[in-house]
Amino acid sequence: MAILKKEEAQALLKKVLSYSQSDECEAFLRGEVGGNVRYARNAISTAGDISTMTLSVTATFGKKSGTATINEFDDAALKRVIARAEELARLAPENPEYMPLLGPTDFKESKTYNPATAAITPDQRAEAVAGSINVAKQENLEAAGYIENATQFSAMMNSKELFAYEANTDVVFTITTRNSSGTGSGFAARGYTDVSRLDTVEATKIAAAKANGSANAKAIEPGKYTVILEPVAATYMLENMFRGLDARSADEGRSFMSKPGGGNRLGEQLMDPSITIYSDPFHPELPDSTWSREGLPHEKVSWIDKGVVKNLAYSRYWAQHKGVQPVPAPSNIIMEGGTASLDELIKSTERGILISRLWYIRMVDAQTLLLTGLTRDGTFYIENGQIKYPVKNLRFNESPVIMLNNVEALGKSERSVSIESYRSFLIPPMKIRDFTFTSLSDAV
Amino acid sequence: MKRKDFIQLSAMGLGALMMPNLTAFGNPVDPSRFLNDGIDVKLKKQLADIALNAARAKGATYADVRIGRYLNQFVVTRETRVQNIANTESFGIGIRVIANGCWGFAATHNVTKEEVARTAERAVAVAKANSKVAAPPVQLAPQQGYGEVSWKTPIVQNTFTIPVKDKVDLLLSVNDAALKGGANFVNSAILSINEQKYFASTDGSYIDQDIHRLFPTFTVTRTDRNSGKFETRKSLSAPVGMGYEYLTPSAADKVDGIVTRYRNRYDMLEDVKNATRDVEQKLKAKSVEPGKYDLILDPSHLWLTIHESVAHPTELDRVLGYEANYAGTSFLTLDKWKSGKFNFGSKLVNVVADKLQPGSLGAVGYDDEGVKCGKWDIIKDGVLVNYQAIRDQAHIIGLDHSQGCCYAQSWADVQFQRMPNVSLQPGKEKLSVDDLIKNVEKGIYIIGDGSFSIDQQRYNFQFGGQTFYEVKEGKIVGMLKDVAYQANTQEFWNSCSAIADKSDYRLGGAFNDGKGQPGQSNAVSHGSATTRFNGVNVINTARKI
Repeated sequence: MAILKKEEAQALLKKVLSYSQSDECEAFLRGEVGGNVRYARNAISTAGDISTMTLSVTATFGKKSGTATINEFDDAALKRVIARAEELARLAPENPEYMPLLGPTDFKESKTYNPATAAITPDQRAEAVAGSINVAKQENLEAAGYIENATQFSAMMNSKELFAYEANTDVVFTITTRNSSGTGSGFAARGYTDVSRLDTVEATKIAAAKANGSANAKAIEPGKYTVILEPVAATYMLENMFRGLDARSADEGRSFMSKPGGGNRLGEQLMDPSITIYSDPFHPELPDSTWSREGLPHEKVSWIDKGVVKNLAYSRYWAQHKGVQPVPAPSNIIMEGGTASLDELIKSTERGILISRLWYIRMVDAQTLLLTGLTRDGTFYIENGQIKYPVKNLRFNESPVIMLNNVEALGKSERSVSIESYRSFLIPPMKIRDFTFTSLSDAV
Repeated sequence: MKRKDFIQLSAMGLGALMMPNLTAFGNPVDPSRFLNDGIDVKLKKQLADIALNAARAKGATYADVRIGRYLNQFVVTRETRVQNIANTESFGIGIRVIANGCWGFAATHNVTKEEVARTAERAVAVAKANSKVAAPPVQLAPQQGYGEVSWKTPIVQNTFTIPVKDKVDLLLSVNDAALKGGANFVNSAILSINEQKYFASTDGSYIDQDIHRLFPTFTVTRTDRNSGKFETRKSLSAPVGMGYEYLTPSAADKVDGIVTRYRNRYDMLEDVKNATRDVEQKLKAKSVEPGKYDLILDPSHLWLTIHESVAHPTELDRVLGYEANYAGTSFLTLDKWKSGKFNFGSKLVNVVADKLQPGSLGAVGYDDEGVKCGKWDIIKDGVLVNYQAIRDQAHIIGLDHSQGCCYAQSWADVQFQRMPNVSLQPGKEKLSVDDLIKNVEKGIYIIGDGSFSIDQQRYNFQFGGQTFYEVKEGKIVGMLKDVAYQANTQEFWNSCSAIADKSDYRLGGAFNDGKGQPGQSNAVSHGSATTRFNGVNVINTARKI
């Protein structure tokens, strides 16, 4: 069993550190158990399971550090990993950016563990998949999907008596349904801490409706359109922006958060006043870690408030360099929305395009955060508040920063999964004007 | 060499766990372990036989075993300091079986006789459990057993025998050259990989392979603080299936032109100086006027376009729908192949799959299901003639044998269809890059790979690059920026109007071609000579926020 309880992890880490002779020593313990099933063409193609536990030790003499890792846990192995880390530290060059370890902090307990998710069995996974395949068969569609669950724990202790522990659970499900002629495709994605929230049949029904509804799409001219991004599309579009909330790259002049002439955009009105983005590890819908790998507590942090850049992440080194307080990188991301449902956003749209999902988003220009990618698995034309017909997929070239200056309306935020990183976010459906499509795609 | 000298600088404050995804590579070790041989081949055979027999005893009709030792070294620097040095080793066994007509797989890092037998039994249990969700039974192409054979990447100098200090010294020299040349930032790295793989199957093969890969790389950044603009230029190196000899500069392997490019040997110090000059020019370069241009694409750029628009859509598992939920399907459906006349590109376009190409990332003697590797046509005179298939797919395209395209990123992952080296063949007639440019009225010459994106059936794509040169009336007239081109795969390859001859042929490639759920990485090369495409749509990517 690779999931240690808090007390077990604490006892093991204490023992590890007792063998240390270095000026400073830090030990990090991580374990994971979980499994997955992949299916395609309405049948299981592969299945796997994972059970791992790893101990990583960093020993430091002055500003010289060495790291060693091991996955054996008897006393001899623990002594060996310490000895190896110390040997490597003695031989290492000085790290000018080394920061002395932090002392004890009273980290609040995270809400990231759910016993039902931790207890998922292979049979449950198979059952979830069988339900999904049945829906596809009833609709004369082919299902290809993936379910993966994981239970993880992380614990950290250092020679200055800092100790942190947390356990978390996660289950992710993605499903694509396609018709036999290859003219229609639909998709749904779900990610939860609590498996009881996951309904693979319901998700597959949504993907099936998208597949059937998107058949025989019409071509439209690329150009600027009002679009409604469903949360799964908006999440993938915004993920690159969330990664860029970093002070160092901004201060160094190579980020969309860099200010011409030097410095960063803190305090600047960068987006529409309707945009508020924050992190909160205690949010009941999206619980997350309460401590960072640098040993800092994660608290509620406002990143964008009514369109103004409120905070950027500062590592301990960069914070000291700049004479400010460190701010750990976002734990989770919550974007505030409005009260409208997706249907209400559609009803309020005179002409526009509903986007179910985006695909293959890549950075074109880091300076402006210009991204390119395509619509996928259900793109529909809206006229006079109604979905009129499916349209062929389109390539876009758009910056999320520009996009968040063109907000017409935001719907109610919901838990959504990035189709690239599989991370969960709380993101609203959003209506955006002047979204730039640059070419047409024949892909279904 | 003294052990202390060898492991000097072999760990920094940033531990392996701080490097994204590094734990997937294995457990950090000190690099002197890289000098040890793995377990003896006789013991590997013994363990493999235990697994095969245990699987058969539980009802498997077929079984294969992969005992893998994977060594990785990442030396990463930034400006004047070492950011991270990670040395990882991963060792274990993966066992794949067919039982009740269904695949099953299990793996363990605990390679004892008892655990190997238990893991084989677990693989059979997984297969039997999977068979309850009914599917047509697996149909394997026949495969002869080769007995006890071996294959090794033909390297001159094993990267893992080079002291870490030498690699650090080289990278810091590279960084120093960039900073002295006016760069504001520079990141550099040397990534080294050694796969020691032992394969055995119930067909009677016992295959021992030793595969080496190397990737030296850097990125130079220059900022203009007044305007807030910054530009970057990546190295023009390629990841290679070679040893450390790749980093020994050789005049014979330099390709002269607007900027020096490299073939089988790489001059990192020279390239970083050129990059520092390029990045300064990029800041001052003219922003491109959108419109139709003839594109002259260097192999350092074209490899990625080949990868995305030719190699991926000809993967048979994509064509059949096995990747539908993630990477997508393919526009190259079976009916197009069956017609025998699907016009993928112009008559100049000949694309070959080659699992044996010297110096390439995908070169191996045998694939991960024990099939001897070879070479075959995919596009012949512009027409789609074949795909990339593995043993359980071969019958679908009328083959009585696999094409040897099976690969797993580690012993812990199940093997599945991955692309071989897929390359555009050079022109048959003598033709230089200058010849390609001299007839162009309005064109852009692109060097190096940049941003990339393609739809889920591989029709519509967009590519950037590293450096862009405007061509007017047959001459290069200056540098451009903010360039990306968009096209439809079939239209693009049909617009191919000229390909330079074999003297310009070079390989590019990727260490991390992603596919599958859970995702796996595959290393693959793509070769070409400089190639011209007429009338391609170019957009301007400049925006203001």
